[in-house]
Amino acid sequence: MPHKTFFWFFLPSGLAMLFFIGLPIFSSLFQSLHIETEQILIEVETCDPFGCEMEVQVDQEATSKLRDEKPMGKFNGLDTYKDRNHLAFSELGEAWDQKTSFKNFISILLNLPFYKSLLFTLTFCFTVTPFVIVLGFFVALSLNVLSKSIKGPLIFGSILPMIVTPLIGSLVLFWMIDAQGILGATLQYIFNDPNLSLKSSKNLTWMMLIIYGIWHNTPFAFIVFYAGLQTVPQDPVEAAIIDGASRSQRVRFIVLPHLYPVATFIALICLMDNFRVLEPILGFSAEGVAQSLSWMIYQDLRNETKMLFGSAGATSMLTIIGVGILLTPVLIRTWKEFRTER
Amino acid sequence: MESKINQYSYQLKIFNSLFIIFWLLISIFPFVWTFWGSFKVKADFFSRSDWWNAIYGLNTIIETGGRYTFEAYINSWTEGEFWRAARNTIIVTVSVVTISLFLGTLGAYALSRSTYKYTFWILIAALVFRAMPHITLVSGYLFPFFQLKIWGILPTTIIVLVAINQPFTLWLLYSFFKTVPKELDESALIDGCSYFQAFRHIIMPVMWPGVITAGLFSLMLAYNDFTVTALLLNQQNYTMVPKINAFLGTIEHSGNYMWAVSSVVSATAPLFMIVMFFQRNLISGLTTGAIKG
Repeated sequence: MPHKTFFWFFLPSGLAMLFFIGLPIFSSLFQSLHIETEQILIEVETCDPFGCEMEVQVDQEATSKLRDEKPMGKFNGLDTYKDRNHLAFSELGEAWDQKTSFKNFISILLNLPFYKSLLFTLTFCFTVTPFVIVLGFFVALSLNVLSKSIKGPLIFGSILPMIVTPLIGSLVLFWMIDAQGILGATLQYIFNDPNLSLKSSKNLTWMMLIIYGIWHNTPFAFIVFYAGLQTVPQDPVEAAIIDGASRSQRVRFIVLPHLYPVATFIALICLMDNFRVLEPILGFSAEGVAQSLSWMIYQDLRNETKMLFGSAGATSMLTIIGVGILLTPVLIRTWKEFRTER
Repeated sequence: MESKINQYSYQLKIFNSLFIIFWLLISIFPFVWTFWGSFKVKADFFSRSDWWNAIYGLNTIIETGGRYTFEAYINSWTEGEFWRAARNTIIVTVSVVTISLFLGTLGAYALSRSTYKYTFWILIAALVFRAMPHITLVSGYLFPFFQLKIWGILPTTIIVLVAINQPFTLWLLYSFFKTVPKELDESALIDGCSYFQAFRHIIMPVMWPGVITAGLFSLMLAYNDFTVTALLLNQQNYTMVPKINAFLGTIEHSGNYMWAVSSVVSATAPLFMIVMFFQRNLISGLTTGAIKG
């Protein structure tokens, strides 16, 4: 296809992506280098029948004038990145100097908002993914041998957790697992502890979120594995049967090696998608004990008094770096595929 | 042949069936439970004393006189203005699907037919764009949108969702167009068609299976989106998902939980219907790119 034809065909799609995915990244970067202008304070003398007092007030007029002149705020360089809510270099340096033990340093580190969120995000990603792969594989294996007539409806039932949006999915689970819901109440009964509530403890909340993550992501792994199972070559399987291999041996030595690339694909997509975990935290109202990087940005943008664009931008940039690291293997894989295709 | 390959012991068969039942229970039961509970009053669905109340509807009988109540549905749709959210969702979803398929088919067709190297880089860029967390993009939008005074309205959100959706649509349709034999449109070109005519008369009639799959994914993205719609729309223009979140209330004022429960059911039911209908397309779309021989 000549360049010119290609250009016109691709233009609309390309423009959409450029303006609404490419530019926002730069916009975020630009915002992260600026900080909101402070309010201008003035001292005013207020008098009432009991006397006069000096009072500090916000000079609304001057503040709004300054904001109109410089809507972006003032240039701040990399200071937002270094402040306490992000990489917190000075706090870390201090903690390192004053540390009594390494453990103590780690506990200080994990109390800083950014590192706390990073820890949760990574824990979530790397705990959910292996479970999803194993569970998805077994569901696919079990469904694959059923008769065709019942497969369709069963597959539909199996993929429901994936279809609903994470917010709705987590709410549906939360309403059951809440202390007043069916599962929560049952757990209280089993453990004979009327005060047991999954919300009250940090570990239990994390566990609940991870279980939700597994529930939500398994259908995807299942579908991909299921499709992969259809492509397993039948000749070696038959040969193995003749040689007397049991089903578990067949799965282990023929099916598993064949599905290995599929498993890495699932793992990479799963890691990438779970890195942006946000809705489950809102759905489970777990903000108190579990924050993710996306949640930090959401919180800055949802700020009631003033949107913190600078802070949100800085967290966004750091998140994008994180995504970039996770994405590298995917890119390499795609690169290789293209090489072999040509 | 099929039966011979799947021959295995009786115990395994039982274990298999049990496992499937177990998994289906996990995946389906929460929805059944929410559906059932949405016809009860709050005191039953979130029962402090005994969850059997949710099944027998003890408080529902006391409060409303019947075992089932549609109160939550009626109130959330009228008083809670869920109808407005539903209308907005329909507008957003239909527009996003139409526009993104229009842009996507053109772009992906060009990508699949061009032999130059830049197509590779465009596809890689699309892959990177696909991985961007939506919230980071939203943080980039807000400030410019406020300045341009286009924040809060539906068209902005629609175009943003179309753009966010493009990378995946491009990849999906690109893989699909690759399976359409090149000779089809090449012969048309030799007969004197322009590329656009070839696309219009030769490719369009055969592209529907791929387009339906891509459309289904656009639909799910637009219908399910929370991050973009919650932050880029004002309260009046909320679609269903942010509306449900608003029903839950904030720390300052408690929301109406049963409204949220009934809205969850109202929002989920149409989606399940659509997916039930197009299940085959959904599965084929998820597996493109994953399985290669």
